[in-house]
Amino acid sequence: MEKVSIATIGKYRNLIIGSMLSLLFLSAALISFLWTPFDVTEIDITNKLKTPDQIYWLGTDHFGRDILSMIMVGARTSIAVALVAVGIGIVIGTPLGLLSASRKGGWIDEFIMRGNDLVFAFPSLVIAILITAVFGAGALNAIIAIGIFNIPVFARITRGAALSIWEKEFILAARVAGKSTTRISYEHILPNVMNLLIVQGTIQFSLGILAEAGLSYVGLGAQPPMPSWGRMLADAQTMVSFAPHLALIPGTAIILTVLGLNLMGDGMRDIFDPKLRNTRA
Amino acid sequence: MNLFKSKLATLSALALAASISSASAKDTITVAMQLEPPHLDPTSAAAGAIDNVVYSNIFEGLTRFMADGSVVPGLAESWSISSDGLSYTFNLRKGVKFHDGTDMDANDVKFSLDRARAEDSTNAQKGLFKGIESVSVAGSHTVEVKLSAPNGKFLFNMAWGDAVIVAPESIENIKTTPIGTGAFKFANWVQGDKIDITRNDNYWGTPAILSAATFKFISDPTAAFAAMMAEDVDAFPGYPAPENLAQFDADSRFQVIIGSTEGETILSTNNKAEHLNNVKVRQAIAHAINRQAIVDGAMFGYGTPIGTHFAPHNPAYVDLTGNSNYDPDKAKALLAEAGYPNGFTTTLKLPPPSYARRGGEIIAAQLRAVGIETEISNLEWAQWLEQVFRGKDYGLTIVSHTEPMDIGIYANPDYYFQYDNKVFQDLMEELNNTTDPAGRTKLLQQAQRIISEDYVNGYLFQLAKLGVAKAEIMGLWPNSPTQAIDLTNVHWH
Repeated sequence: MEKVSIATIGKYRNLIIGSMLSLLFLSAALISFLWTPFDVTEIDITNKLKTPDQIYWLGTDHFGRDILSMIMVGARTSIAVALVAVGIGIVIGTPLGLLSASRKGGWIDEFIMRGNDLVFAFPSLVIAILITAVFGAGALNAIIAIGIFNIPVFARITRGAALSIWEKEFILAARVAGKSTTRISYEHILPNVMNLLIVQGTIQFSLGILAEAGLSYVGLGAQPPMPSWGRMLADAQTMVSFAPHLALIPGTAIILTVLGLNLMGDGMRDIFDPKLRNTRA
Repeated sequence: MNLFKSKLATLSALALAASISSASAKDTITVAMQLEPPHLDPTSAAAGAIDNVVYSNIFEGLTRFMADGSVVPGLAESWSISSDGLSYTFNLRKGVKFHDGTDMDANDVKFSLDRARAEDSTNAQKGLFKGIESVSVAGSHTVEVKLSAPNGKFLFNMAWGDAVIVAPESIENIKTTPIGTGAFKFANWVQGDKIDITRNDNYWGTPAILSAATFKFISDPTAAFAAMMAEDVDAFPGYPAPENLAQFDADSRFQVIIGSTEGETILSTNNKAEHLNNVKVRQAIAHAINRQAIVDGAMFGYGTPIGTHFAPHNPAYVDLTGNSNYDPDKAKALLAEAGYPNGFTTTLKLPPPSYARRGGEIIAAQLRAVGIETEISNLEWAQWLEQVFRGKDYGLTIVSHTEPMDIGIYANPDYYFQYDNKVFQDLMEELNNTTDPAGRTKLLQQAQRIISEDYVNGYLFQLAKLGVAKAEIMGLWPNSPTQAIDLTNVHWH
């Protein structure tokens, strides 16, 4: 066990900063279930476009809605969409990856991996736009669209890691003991790739938030009146010149959250996978 | 992402503006429009964007609208009306040529009117021609139109963009190569970008002052702002973002032209939808709406509240806003009376203009306050036309009806509001047969009252015409008595 020192903190700098930023938005989202400074759907035209003051800490938008409240509830939307989308990726992608690895070289492996390549070949946001355009805009379709693109990510990473574990001696021992490949996959392979999945999950989570903001920005994500950071940005566009806070605040929220999650992911990778620690560019 | 793109657009537009030397005595203009026309035949589609480009510029009718909304002689120099009001004899101007060099004569007029009123006609306003019994050529430049009943609006009807005179020789390609008699000729269309027109040097009347003009299509409000600021476009008669007008007003390079339009902006209601088929529910909705909040919030204060489907600048207008004053308590009581004490849920489908998107969010909040939940969906124009206008698959929607004097649409039970009232239909029939102005005014006022008291739709505000142009441009129409961007008298100061 290392002694806690400046050097240790320096080593975990990414993780600490990242976790703090992520926690900030997670708690904002959680608190919003119980309390927001104002009702987020309440429109009060007489108080529109206020700059931050004591009553409205982050000002009001063009309908007189409190921006802080919208950011808090918007965090909820972003986190919910990204979380479920990553969940879809892990729940479907990981078993596919495990199956693929256990049948290495077989037709199932080929089939799954080529299917992954196919999905990977499309630019994800463009296909997400296509999906939501065809099946209708809304948070649910955004979740599905983003989720579909998380499947190959997790399938690949699981397969890659699982393949090297299949070569290990303890797997040979398990085989000799008569365990089926499925059981080995779940009892021995999965726990050993878990770290990797958590790291990747964090990165994908941040990409999910970005994708949700992108879809909402073009009007295909969460529909009004459900607040969403992307739509706040879109609404602010024509008012940037005289009310810049309308764009700066949700923009900053998106940047900080994505930055926080990425730093957290990097920090966790440094811990789980020391080999990579000093090789990152 | 898009912010960056629009910055790039600004930069490139700046570069472009810099490369064009600002020569004096400019005689061309670039006018921006929000929507691109689907094609260029005003006699076979409802799209206002078509009329914006071609009305008066390329095509002309027997009569025409002036900037103040008055109807004056167009291709018909004069006319006489029989004493029973059933026969109109039009004397056409002599020496008028189409852009392809052929003469405009009585046969072209007969062709145009017969084509518009034919059984298989795709004219978007067939109602304009409904009363015509026959059109006959009485001389090379004389046309006689017989009506089945006297029609006080006939000369007004003939001024519409849907009633312009076209030639049989050029009808085949009219959608891509419109050939009319106007002061400008069609030159070029780059789909998705612009339409060029050039001066018609053989014009029969006062020639256009500009030698050429370009219509550019910019629907994104941010891009519109950037293009104007960069002076990439010279005028934007239907500017999409009211929030930016104050900035243009403060900038000496520009003038802001605020006028009136014929656009009644309404919360269109599906009168056959569940819940909404109950007049009490519709009345409740009307009282739940705070119009001033919508005008202030969605239009940054531009717009006049209305209480019926009629333009406030029309002399026959009656102010009926009192029928639907903002009274949320009354709205709740009415809902309870209608059997929905806990409210209900309906759809609110919004087309792209900001009055609809922003107005929709405000109305949704106002309706929520009295217990009516709305599921908002934002639609593109094509989807809106398909689902709402043609498919009638909606509860509520917001749209501006920009045709002049269009209260007659309430007499059509198949129109997308699906309002079916025999009394109103008979009243419109009577109106069509009335020529005496005082009698017409009385009937029009009665019509306004009926739809207001039936709460057919939520009547919101009269759309203002928000125009931005370079300070030196003169002659643009301040108001929109019809869908038109008439450039025939536009010039640089």
